[in-house]
Amino acid sequence: MFTKLKSLLYNNEVRAILFQILAVVVIAYFAYQAFDNMMLNIEQRGIRSGFGFLNDEAGFAVNDNFFLEYSPASTNLQAFYVGIVNTLIVAITGIFFASVLGLIVGISRLSSNYLIRKMATVYIEVFRNIPILLQILFWYSMALSAFPSPKNSISFFDSIFLNSRGLYLPRPVEGVEIYLVLASFIIGVVSYIFIKRRSNKKHDDTGIETNTTPYFAGLVLLLPIAVYFASGAQLEYPVLKGFNFRGGVDLSIEFFALAFALSIYTATYIAEAIRSGIESVDNGQKEAAAAMGLTQTQSLRLVVLPQALRVAIPPIINQYLNLTKNSSLAAAVGYTELVTIFSGTVLNVVGQAIEIIILTMLVYLAISLVISLILNIFNKKMQIKGK
Amino acid sequence: MNKLLKLSAVSLIAIGSFGVQAGIFHSDTLKDVQTKGSLTCGVSTGTPGFSSPDSSGNWSGIDVDVCRAVAAATLGDAKKVKFVPLTAKERFVALSSGEIDMLSRNTTWTHTRDTSLGLTFAGVNYYDGQGFMVQKSLGVNSVKDLDGASFCIQAGTTTELNLADYFRSNKMEFKAVTYDTSAQTKGGFEAGRCDALTSDVSQLAGLRSTLKDPSSAVVLGDVISKEPLGPVVRKDDNTWLNIVRWSLNAMIEAEELGVTSATIDDASTSPGIQRLQGKSGKLNESLGLSKDWSRNIIAQVGNYGESFERNIGMSTPIQLPRGVNQLWIKGGILYAPAFR
Repeated sequence: MFTKLKSLLYNNEVRAILFQILAVVVIAYFAYQAFDNMMLNIEQRGIRSGFGFLNDEAGFAVNDNFFLEYSPASTNLQAFYVGIVNTLIVAITGIFFASVLGLIVGISRLSSNYLIRKMATVYIEVFRNIPILLQILFWYSMALSAFPSPKNSISFFDSIFLNSRGLYLPRPVEGVEIYLVLASFIIGVVSYIFIKRRSNKKHDDTGIETNTTPYFAGLVLLLPIAVYFASGAQLEYPVLKGFNFRGGVDLSIEFFALAFALSIYTATYIAEAIRSGIESVDNGQKEAAAAMGLTQTQSLRLVVLPQALRVAIPPIINQYLNLTKNSSLAAAVGYTELVTIFSGTVLNVVGQAIEIIILTMLVYLAISLVISLILNIFNKKMQIKGK
Repeated sequence: MNKLLKLSAVSLIAIGSFGVQAGIFHSDTLKDVQTKGSLTCGVSTGTPGFSSPDSSGNWSGIDVDVCRAVAAATLGDAKKVKFVPLTAKERFVALSSGEIDMLSRNTTWTHTRDTSLGLTFAGVNYYDGQGFMVQKSLGVNSVKDLDGASFCIQAGTTTELNLADYFRSNKMEFKAVTYDTSAQTKGGFEAGRCDALTSDVSQLAGLRSTLKDPSSAVVLGDVISKEPLGPVVRKDDNTWLNIVRWSLNAMIEAEELGVTSATIDDASTSPGIQRLQGKSGKLNESLGLSKDWSRNIIAQVGNYGESFERNIGMSTPIQLPRGVNQLWIKGGILYAPAFR
């Protein structure tokens, strides 16, 4: 019996498992001790703890608020939500423009045109090598001094206004009409996708191409516009009243400065990822495409890029995550995202640093995990297709 | 911002991992300060007249003078202070995590801060209120005219809350642009990002004096809140709280007795002055300080009135009148409890 146990102890596999269990227990013990001590100390120092503060009245105003209900009478929890939404909006905007710009610059970097190639290189070398915080501050002060004061706003058709405080857009007045317009837009997009798919299938089967552009114009653009006028939906226009524009939707200049700086900065990294992806595609592929009579654009779009993206996606995921995390630098210019609102103002009013920082970290963790999850699924899809 | 996160992380770890001892450990800030040989004092990142460094890095201001008074009382030398500039958001974490020994950074004494942060206010060294600075070209005379205006504010201050309260109770609309430091707030105001800048009245005067063109802005007469500013310490050390409180009171008491840095060592028959000089009484014992603690404060820093005139008085660029910060015997509300 004893020897059997002993031999079990000397068994390599058993040992390996045993040590792993031991390691987990030790780590868990330390984590528990640390947490327990922390709570004990908080209590002893008479610092309030727990998450009760989330239901307290916030009492402060928030500059950027896109569609959530918020006023100083709202709770800290609502302020927290506004912060999350604002972080997401600036991150998504940044990711979109950084991707578009990165793709263009990445391709330009390998262009056969000398000027385009060099311009792309200069752009990347300049913006990649300046700290992002400086760039945010630079674009912000540029925007403040470049755009006019509210009284001298740049006006487009008297319905869109741009000044040194932000961009003011008309807002649809809520009602049945606006939902009709929205519904017609969705119907338009869905039916266009359907038509496009059928034309692609026809092309794959028979080689005959159909031009789908008129369908796009008709269904996605003209249909909603027609419904808008037919239904008599109303727009609320921004009007200069006193010091500022009132009514409509406003996007603050802080939002633009931040989104712009994040896009410009992150695009340099995305461009480099795209370039390395394109360079990894065997030259024979391009030659084969040319031999089959594909034009340069077709060869790039149908042969090179699908294979290049496979290599480029993992580093691009990293850049998306970086952009999201960098959005917390907004505090420097006063864009009211999660860190400014929650780890800034709420933390200062309530003073519960540990709870608030933990919540903030959890949100960033969740956003980052969701981004990498989505892109990993996309990545997997690309990979299987290639094999 | 990074500093705040770092501080929080450090305090998290520090509180967490060394907590086992903290249970039996009684903090003794006085002993720590005397062992280090210097006082670590949290101040602002630069508020003219209250705490700001000159071109060679010497700090001055009435908040700085409170730090110096405590250093004079505990170390016998008002120069032995290490100043740590903190933003509004960082200040309380820096104090409760022990990075600084005391905070003297134009901080408003509020119920929440006093009761739920593990901190205690040691007194009031300036009675302030929230006011407004506007561009002169707007032609605005009162806050009531500012309906719908944009305001530049510093994040993490009571200002943010007062502004929202005021506009809510008057059913007016406003837009708040919130910056991290007071310099950024001024920058936003100068660039025309906002119509008005709101802050404590005392700071407005200082900020206005540093504008590129001070005459382009006016400070409105309206004051919308009470802002008693004072030094803050951690709650767990009562002796230290008393030292900070009575160092400040010694300065006020000295002014009331008519004793200045020039006259503190003159022989006097007044028992009150003798107590201040450390020649009679045992006011030092319960504080654990040497007999000449209050004498050192007055000799090296001066009385409250001297500090006020030197830093923010009418002869300085800030030009603040004494107002309510006058002694109670001269019509103000400045009042030190009995010094005996």
